[in-house]
Amino acid sequence: MIEVKNLHKRFNKLHVLKGIDCRVSAQEVVCVIGPSGSGKSTFLRCINLLEEPTEGEIYIENVKINDPKTNINNIRAEVGMVFQRFNLFPHKTALENITLAPAKVRNVSKQEAERDAHKLLQKVGLTDKANVYPDQLSGGQQQRVAIARALAMKPKVMLFDEPTSALDPEMVGEVLAVMKDLAREGMTMIVVTHEMGFAREVGDRVIFMDEGCILEEGTPEKIFGDPHNDRLKSFLSKIL
Amino acid sequence: MSGGIWGDILDVVIESFPFFLTGASMTIKITVLAVTFGCILGLFLALLRLSKNRLISFLAVCYIDFFRGTPLLVQILIIAFGIPNLLEVGQSYLVKNLGMPQILHNYALPIFVIAVLATTLNSGAYIAEIFRAGVQSIDRGQMEAARSLGLTHAQAMRYIILPQAFKRVVPPLGNEFIAMLKDTSLLSVIGLVELTRSGQLTVGATYKAFPVLLTIAFIYLVMTLAISRLVDYLERRLKTGD
Repeated sequence: MIEVKNLHKRFNKLHVLKGIDCRVSAQEVVCVIGPSGSGKSTFLRCINLLEEPTEGEIYIENVKINDPKTNINNIRAEVGMVFQRFNLFPHKTALENITLAPAKVRNVSKQEAERDAHKLLQKVGLTDKANVYPDQLSGGQQQRVAIARALAMKPKVMLFDEPTSALDPEMVGEVLAVMKDLAREGMTMIVVTHEMGFAREVGDRVIFMDEGCILEEGTPEKIFGDPHNDRLKSFLSKIL
Repeated sequence: MSGGIWGDILDVVIESFPFFLTGASMTIKITVLAVTFGCILGLFLALLRLSKNRLISFLAVCYIDFFRGTPLLVQILIIAFGIPNLLEVGQSYLVKNLGMPQILHNYALPIFVIAVLATTLNSGAYIAEIFRAGVQSIDRGQMEAARSLGLTHAQAMRYIILPQAFKRVVPPLGNEFIAMLKDTSLLSVIGLVELTRSGQLTVGATYKAFPVLLTIAFIYLVMTLAISRLVDYLERRLKTGD
């Protein structure tokens, strides 16, 4: 479903990604872990071209996305993204946040977009918050609206960029619960996270990144139970 | 009338007051038109300036730098006298050397048009910078979120960035309105009878320079204070509606 070949990213002289190779199959949940500054977020952002790869190839369903001929807006419509800091549109209600893209990008009628939006709000447990503006919602609620907003485009893949890192601890659970439901329904997901419990429980595969490289990958049991790479061992010893 | 020197002064001011109000209404008319057209021009220039195309952005910067970096008085004079001169010389060149028929017989624009044109072109440059700062003050994550949903850059600007930016530019736009209201006094040099010119004409007729000009100043003050209260009110309204 997603194939990344020899992906490099440089910001001027800073070499952030140094040759990433990775495949993600349909319905797979891949968790990316690693210390700060290891390039996890940059890797994720390359997959919907929020960052332009310096070198290498990225394919989504066999379409090369970093090709000048590819219409990137069409690709992004199929790839949902959830941000660390939610990035809800503050001048729009929860409902309007969700219906905007289907209406403007997919030309879905207003009634249909709203009907879908209400269903999504129900799915993330916020039925009663449809007409509320983001600043009246808690962080966890905002992030759940953000997930609903991404789902409204009926994406084939969901990318999560540290979705719980900006949340107060007591709100982490409600967001992870929504993500677990998604995984159970068969959504293809790539999750950059510091939530090792989530990675262990929900991930089909865990990727450990450091200094712009994938150093080890495997099932959660293998990564957390029997790590080989020294840096992975030291990383796990610090956080577990 | 009786009342000595103070009575004389009061009479002049009272008698001329309707004339001052005509001038003030011209001042307001020019200011409103300049800032309204300036907003359209400024939004357009700001988007050009923010363009990724270096050439387009550079041309917008040139425009903005020229109109912000030269005195409005000089700009008014160029449009009032420089442009007719250019048209005349240009046309006579075309007629003489290329045998083109003479199309223009009168080179000067109507004075009202000169006034609106000069103030609009100037205001557009300042408003462009206000809009640019407004757009750039919106968190980058907003654009990223919009683009990640598949919206084009133009759609993201229209539905996400600009509506948020507009709220933030209300106070600086109010300042621009006040500045422009005062700067329209420069139009008196080309003979437009706005508030300042109406004062000058009254001084010429009555020789009561101090009371007349003080009255003029006071009328400007009333207008600028009223606008600044209005802007404060709008700002509060927009904040609660966020």
